[in-house]
Amino acid sequence: MKPAPFNYIAASSLAHALSLKAEHGDEARFLAGGQSLIPAMNFRLARPAVLIDINGVGHLAGVDRSNRAEIRIGALTRYRDLERDGDFLKACSLFADALPHIAHPQIRNRGTIGGNLSHADPASELPAIAVAMEATMRIKSATGERQMAASEFFVGVLSTDLQAHEMLVEIAFPTPKPRTGACFMEVARRRGDFALVGIAVVMTLDDARRCSTVRLALCGVGETAVDVSKVAFPLIGQSCTTETIEAVAAGVRDAIAPSGNVHASADYQRHIAGVLAVRAISAAHQRVRHAA
Amino acid sequence: MTTRFFGAPIKRNEDKKLLTGQALFIDDVELPGMLHVAFLRSQVAHARIQHIDVSRALKRPGVVAVFTADDLGAYWKPGPLLVPPPPISGIVFNQRTQVPLAKDKVRHVGEPLAIVVAESRYIAEDALDDIEVDLEILRAVVDLEHGLGTSSVHVHDDLGSNISAHVRQIKGDYRCAVAKADLVLKRRFHYEHGISSPIETRGVVAQWNARGSQMTVWDTTQAPVFIRNGLAAMLGLSERQVRVIAPFVGGGFGPKIMMFYPEEVALPWISMRLNRPLKWIEDRLEHFFATTHERGQIHDAEIAVDSQGRILGIKDVFLHDTGAYNPYGLTVPINSQCTLLGPYVVPAYDSTFTAVFTNLPIVTPYRGAGRQHGVFVIERLLDLAAGELNIDPAEIRRRNLIPPDAFPYSNEIIYQDFQPLEYDSGNYEPVLDKALETVGYNHFIKHEQPKLRAQGRCVGMGVACYVEGTGIGPYEGAKVQVQANGKVSVATGIGTQGQGHFTSFAQIAADQLGVDVTEVDVVTGDTDQFYWGAGTFASRGAVVAGNAVNEAARVVRQKALKLASDAFECSEDDLVIADGKVSIVGIPQKFIRLGELAQRANPMRGAVKPGTEPGLEATQYFGPPSGATANGVHAVILEIDPLTFELKILKYVVVHDCGTVINPMILAGQIHGGVAQGIGNAFYEKLSFDDQGQLLNASLADYLLPTALEVPRMELAHITTPSPLNPLGIKGAGEAGAIPVGPLFAQAIENALNVGRKKVELLEIPLSPSRLFELTRMADQP
Amino acid sequence: MQPDHHDIELKVNGTTHRRGVESRMLLSDFLRHELLLAGTHVGCEHGVCGACTILVNGAPVRSCLMLAAQANGQQLSTVEGLANDTGELHPVQQAMHDHHGLQCGYCTPGILMTMTAFLKENPAPSEEEVREALSGNLCRCTGYQNIVDAMMAAAQAMRAAAS
Repeated sequence: MKPAPFNYIAASSLAHALSLKAEHGDEARFLAGGQSLIPAMNFRLARPAVLIDINGVGHLAGVDRSNRAEIRIGALTRYRDLERDGDFLKACSLFADALPHIAHPQIRNRGTIGGNLSHADPASELPAIAVAMEATMRIKSATGERQMAASEFFVGVLSTDLQAHEMLVEIAFPTPKPRTGACFMEVARRRGDFALVGIAVVMTLDDARRCSTVRLALCGVGETAVDVSKVAFPLIGQSCTTETIEAVAAGVRDAIAPSGNVHASADYQRHIAGVLAVRAISAAHQRVRHAA
Repeated sequence: MTTRFFGAPIKRNEDKKLLTGQALFIDDVELPGMLHVAFLRSQVAHARIQHIDVSRALKRPGVVAVFTADDLGAYWKPGPLLVPPPPISGIVFNQRTQVPLAKDKVRHVGEPLAIVVAESRYIAEDALDDIEVDLEILRAVVDLEHGLGTSSVHVHDDLGSNISAHVRQIKGDYRCAVAKADLVLKRRFHYEHGISSPIETRGVVAQWNARGSQMTVWDTTQAPVFIRNGLAAMLGLSERQVRVIAPFVGGGFGPKIMMFYPEEVALPWISMRLNRPLKWIEDRLEHFFATTHERGQIHDAEIAVDSQGRILGIKDVFLHDTGAYNPYGLTVPINSQCTLLGPYVVPAYDSTFTAVFTNLPIVTPYRGAGRQHGVFVIERLLDLAAGELNIDPAEIRRRNLIPPDAFPYSNEIIYQDFQPLEYDSGNYEPVLDKALETVGYNHFIKHEQPKLRAQGRCVGMGVACYVEGTGIGPYEGAKVQVQANGKVSVATGIGTQGQGHFTSFAQIAADQLGVDVTEVDVVTGDTDQFYWGAGTFASRGAVVAGNAVNEAARVVRQKALKLASDAFECSEDDLVIADGKVSIVGIPQKFIRLGELAQRANPMRGAVKPGTEPGLEATQYFGPPSGATANGVHAVILEIDPLTFELKILKYVVVHDCGTVINPMILAGQIHGGVAQGIGNAFYEKLSFDDQGQLLNASLADYLLPTALEVPRMELAHITTPSPLNPLGIKGAGEAGAIPVGPLFAQAIENALNVGRKKVELLEIPLSPSRLFELTRMADQP
Repeated sequence: MQPDHHDIELKVNGTTHRRGVESRMLLSDFLRHELLLAGTHVGCEHGVCGACTILVNGAPVRSCLMLAAQANGQQLSTVEGLANDTGELHPVQQAMHDHHGLQCGYCTPGILMTMTAFLKENPAPSEEEVREALSGNLCRCTGYQNIVDAMMAAAQAMRAAAS
């Protein structure tokens, strides 16, 4: 289990990294945390000809809260940095819920947010969180930059809208509105394993404690993170009750088409999606009520 | 003899090296000029080999040589049969052992097709991609029942079927038992077992020294002496020309005793051809195919009981998946067949099994070695009978236990060691009582469970019993030697993989020779240090080698006393041996150190008297007449999330009787580790093959070894019934922890779930949340 | 493809090493076979088992998921550096010995590195926190119980020594 040969280039700056990517295109991969890429290379499932190491690139890591409308996370920010950022976790409680489920401390010390999202594993927690929080993905290349909604960024299994010359450089999460509650839950075989099913819920209540907006996204049950917010729209303008939440859960079960895997049948995944929908919506609702 | 150390929780001698990164494991062996080996392994389970073209690989810079089966010439032949079939009348056994490299056909995914030797492992792996293999893909035999059907393809074409073996063993008259029975229950049971996955995989380093005509092989084997003997024969060398060293080995659990693995055969031969040292370290991906598994059995089993739940007879017909080859003979299914009888009086038993060749990796013993399968069947049958007869699950077990005055207890059928299955000793009821008391059985059933159920929580209790045949022959030996510096060295032929032999054997020798445990250096697994032996398997190391150490140390003690009595011109009865010296009773200042006695035993002048030997040393052997039978009871309280079916263990108890205990600390560790593997087997670890024989989860991300969060704290208690079969009274303990966890989980999960719904019967292992969901949903359907 | 090489300089357990390495050489292989610091063990080479855990700038990482080239300019700690110069064991090593926290010892170096870093950050952990911290290191021999006990004891010993 040794990687096939490649050329390794430690990029000295973002511009350097992007120009290298422009030069080598699909033959090259960015090396950030390497916690998904290097195992794939050790199995020889991935064989990039060029590895562009961006770990030495300044200004790519960190949480920027200078803009009150959004929280910006640099692509090279490591899970562990977020875990230790109390203010961030308070603002983005989905991360507080989800980070302990992401692999193990040793992996979280290296793994990066941008690397995870660019890898686009459908069972991974972060894509679902990005979709649920309506994150904006900021993308750069040697020739320009663009941004797009998380929901459009993920296009398939391990596949994103990123073009061969591009890099995801920043993820911007809208600052949650007042009276917003969120919850991430998952079922995995062991702590740290990929989710068999995971769900991210973001819910905002109005002054009358009725649901004003709700976002729902799942991981592990499709080719990408699955946005099922629509099935929760009937909650809007309503109070969350056992009945209304159960109705959403039924909608979630119907809305997804999990394929099953060696650990879980498709029926079990569908069932769990419903169970987690009830639990996570209830918890998000509880949290916002407690906070309000 | 004083027993200062024997029986005490002595901290381990070997720890310091291991804790500081100084212990030598196989991949730490670095030799000048060493080359690295990678194996090209079949990607498909069953195919005819048309052509293998290695020419491109040979051209790659850094590649030294490439070998296919044809290149091996006369050296290519099927491996030896490790364990011949036992003397059971009517037995059918079709020997088909593994080959060094696939020649005409590949028979399982991962079977080696070619060997690349290169300057580095990286380059060797590059060259694997250069080899072109032309295969005619065949249908794969995966399902046991299909494999026996007339339309099935055959794993071994010349055999005309996929039958590896067929064995029937009978005790009493089952038909009479049925005639007398108040209840006869029949069920089909599926039991899958997994892969041992030690954290260190396998490895071989071979170094041919052409000048000295000497072959040295470092091997992660559990049985270095057999490897030495086998290699010598294969290579056309004398045993003396071959030295096999099993260095520190990072866990074995059974599959590291399988032999000969293709890599063990190939590397020494290539090292001779190239006259270069070679290293091959199995990577984790290879481990899933290249190291042996344990796997599925399907039992159609039937129990006949009277109205009080007493067993009148059991009938079992089962299929055993032996994989593509059967080098280990029938050890696994025979263990299943024998261990099914458990600690119970079973007057009539009719058991038949068919071992089936499949296009899956080879099956050989892995911790428990088939015992789990048998224990699962009997324990589940008892649970079902208890349910039908409305008897408490613990009570039905109690009613059937073999009484203490019935030992030695003969079960009449033949065991894996070819001896009649006879339990040497035991006292089963106190073990059960202790387990029930420790887990709080009655309190839980009567008070806690109803309370928790009222809160909507699904909590369940399980209790499972088992016996374990341990410490089988043939023999082991030990050489105990006092060094001139006063240190005692103990050498034995077994290998060690973490069982604490460096300490437990030292304890035995230290007590005999009156030295501190830390003054005893134990050497295991180096054939130049000790020439004879069998190996570490079947929970036998402590029993068989431990008793040999004791015997040898006892003889050395006598020699020391004799030498000292000559020196002091006094009677041996007036001498005391302690603190590394022999002194005269009552005159402690009058002493001779053991090291000095060792020097005197090797004099420079004068004559050694006739009938005596130089050196303060002795070699002794011990061979038990048959295996000692340990037993135990596990009890668990667990909780199932009624919606997600996730599991949480609330309490876990093990009560165990393995006879006299050498080191209770080490014993506890063995049990903890066994239970952890049992939990993995019961609820986490499953090798998932598709119908083409592809393993779908060949990574540690998908083959789920339990972590510190899945394995609970365990409470242990011991009952001691010494074995009469060896002077120390020891029974083996290595596998006990792993054996009864499957039925224990099944019983406790049923107990947790079967409230207010149609009963779910859990007749398979491993279970999982997804599977529990499916099974309860099926049961809930009208 | 022709392998490319990089000259790297790094500190391991306080000692500076300079070497040329091929791009693809894994840090685990570099430590073990180039620097001959074989105490760091390799169990899976896909980042699951934790046997190869070392500290990079004080933080535990999988050395099988880093390239040697990436270690250029970094400070590494491995099991060989835990005991002090006089051979006295680190409290975590000592506790593992006292509590029989190792059997075959193959996973042990990774566990020691993970847990020394963890106890530095969390000197008074609960058992549950210890188990969580430990969950990224697989042990096939011990069933973890004695390791957990060892870590609780080591934490206590280190607290006592610090106060």
